[in-house]
Amino acid sequence: MRLHTHAVDVLVVGGGTAGPMAAVKAKEANPALNVLLLEKANVKRSGAISMGMDGLNNAVVPGHATPEQYVKEITLANDGIVNQRTIMAYARNSFAMIEELDRWGVKFEKDETGDYAMRKVHHMGTYVLPMPEGHDIKRVLYRRLKRTRVAITNRWIATRLLTGTDGRVAGAMAFDCRTGDFHIVRAKAIVLSTGAAGRLGLPASGYLFGTYENPTNAGDGYSMAYHAGAELSGIECFQINPLIKDYNGPACAYVTGPLGGYTTNGKGERFIECDYWSGQMMLEFYRELEGGDGPVFLKLDHLAEETISTIETILHTNERPSRGRFHKGRGTDYRTHMVEMHISEIGLCSGHSASGVWVDEHAATTVPGLYAAGDLACVPHNYMLGAFVYGKIAGESAARHCGAVSLAEIDQAQVEAESARVRAPLLRGEGLPPSQVEYKLRRMVNDYLQPPKVTRKMEIGLRRFEEIRQDLDRLWARDPHELMRALEVHAIRDCAEMAARASLYRAESRWGLYHARVDHPARDDLNWFVHVQVRKTGDGMTCFKRPIEPYLVSVDEHEQSAYQNTRIPRDSRRQSARETHSTST
Amino acid sequence: MPTAFVPTSLPVRIDEELCIADKGCTVCVDVCPLDVLAIDLAKGAAYMKFDECWYCMPCEKDCPTGAVTVDIPYLLR
Repeated sequence: MRLHTHAVDVLVVGGGTAGPMAAVKAKEANPALNVLLLEKANVKRSGAISMGMDGLNNAVVPGHATPEQYVKEITLANDGIVNQRTIMAYARNSFAMIEELDRWGVKFEKDETGDYAMRKVHHMGTYVLPMPEGHDIKRVLYRRLKRTRVAITNRWIATRLLTGTDGRVAGAMAFDCRTGDFHIVRAKAIVLSTGAAGRLGLPASGYLFGTYENPTNAGDGYSMAYHAGAELSGIECFQINPLIKDYNGPACAYVTGPLGGYTTNGKGERFIECDYWSGQMMLEFYRELEGGDGPVFLKLDHLAEETISTIETILHTNERPSRGRFHKGRGTDYRTHMVEMHISEIGLCSGHSASGVWVDEHAATTVPGLYAAGDLACVPHNYMLGAFVYGKIAGESAARHCGAVSLAEIDQAQVEAESARVRAPLLRGEGLPPSQVEYKLRRMVNDYLQPPKVTRKMEIGLRRFEEIRQDLDRLWARDPHELMRALEVHAIRDCAEMAARASLYRAESRWGLYHARVDHPARDDLNWFVHVQVRKTGDGMTCFKRPIEPYLVSVDEHEQSAYQNTRIPRDSRRQSARETHSTST
Repeated sequence: MPTAFVPTSLPVRIDEELCIADKGCTVCVDVCPLDVLAIDLAKGAAYMKFDECWYCMPCEKDCPTGAVTVDIPYLLR
């Protein structure tokens, strides 16, 4: 394992969605800066959108919605626990980003007059913009990276951040998962954009990599930010998604809904008003699955042939194109069969719910010089377009920060401790295989953390995670690839402990299924209308409350219920099913 | 601690007749987000080395000769 030291101005860790945008925007802000994009896989095909994306879920397009309307919608969808300044920073830049991506060559659906073909999926406003030809998006990003001359390293696994004696960020440490070489990258500013913690719960299939998220996103960034002393927020607001059973990928209701598809129970009845992914919607979904009216299906078989062909073209060429192959193997044809649905394992992802590294409206974390963007950064329901916008904000903030500071001194003790931790699994001649420790850890996550959350179970879970901490010292890797898996287990364990502690701390129920606590079944705004933060103090993990900043956009009393009453009353179901049937065929 | 070798069926298949790894091609190995593919130097063809597949398909889509097929992993099929 050879050691290399590098020095750059801006280091971007993670080359999926937010990362390439951050790197391009830092370089555009100041072309003299030395910007390095560090990627765990290969920037050409990495991250959540490796095969493209079938639409924007949160486009704030003039004439369809205002930034203020969007801020209100997301405030309600996230049960009030938001820093509205961050949502507003996204919303105000949303349309300009769509136009910029359009100029770069990303294809969005337009109507015959050339306007964006917006669709309504949310409860209140209209924010969905389909991208039937969205499969090329990574190629477009890669072209921009080359044009702006951003330096790229592929197959480097960042493991820890370095902080200077004054507490500001000093660099990052990484190893090459092909050669095993160890790298120290000194930087004036770092953007973390490492995606979700997607390998937290174990999928029902038992296949470690059959996750909803790209499994490369194992929670490395959550762990790195935590160990650097950054605040994390909303960790207890888990990500749980309605997915195609066993395949464990999206169905995708945002694509099919506006075309007439909808979710039904086992009796063919519609039971939720709206397929927008919120905690309350997931709770209704869970109740239907667990109750006598399950299982749950996505219904498309009432649609016209041309509509179904359109859906097939979009779903089987974008985001998760192997969906088509899965359905074929099962003999499922949208024309004649409903698609069986299930709920995912838990994960941490602010792109869909709210769990992330705490950031302000400039993408700054609580560690000076450290910025975060994308699924990792706590900007609720931010999705892909939010990753691009926050990537831009983070890149420009990082570039600005470079003008004010010099490289922080490296603390040799941090380097030695980390190189010893990284090296250890390769030096053991025997021990526990990473896959086995990961399987056990993630099964324990399912057993003890999967909502509805039970206090006693989560306390036992914490004890099990502590025992697995001991097992980390026995992990054995035979090559640098296995070493990558071994160190991912460290990060997954950190995320599991954060998930348990934050969930235990918030002694109320909120966000529907995401934080349904059996021992505290009611929402308690008097005590818990706050952010719950997690931070490393001394050697322990500490939770504390952070007050909600005064809202920029007020929410009226009568609007509060929009996301709380998503269930369709039983006596009006047949009626609504008939209406949908007659209008869409 | 004793360990065992447990065989598993792998989802990524390479047609060795079509694969041009012997000509220096490494496209599928390069694009895999999980880094699970490798080149067998003796055979001059790519193969799936680690059972860690997200069935995401860049390897199949980007292969210049159509040598790669991604099946849904057996446990999910």
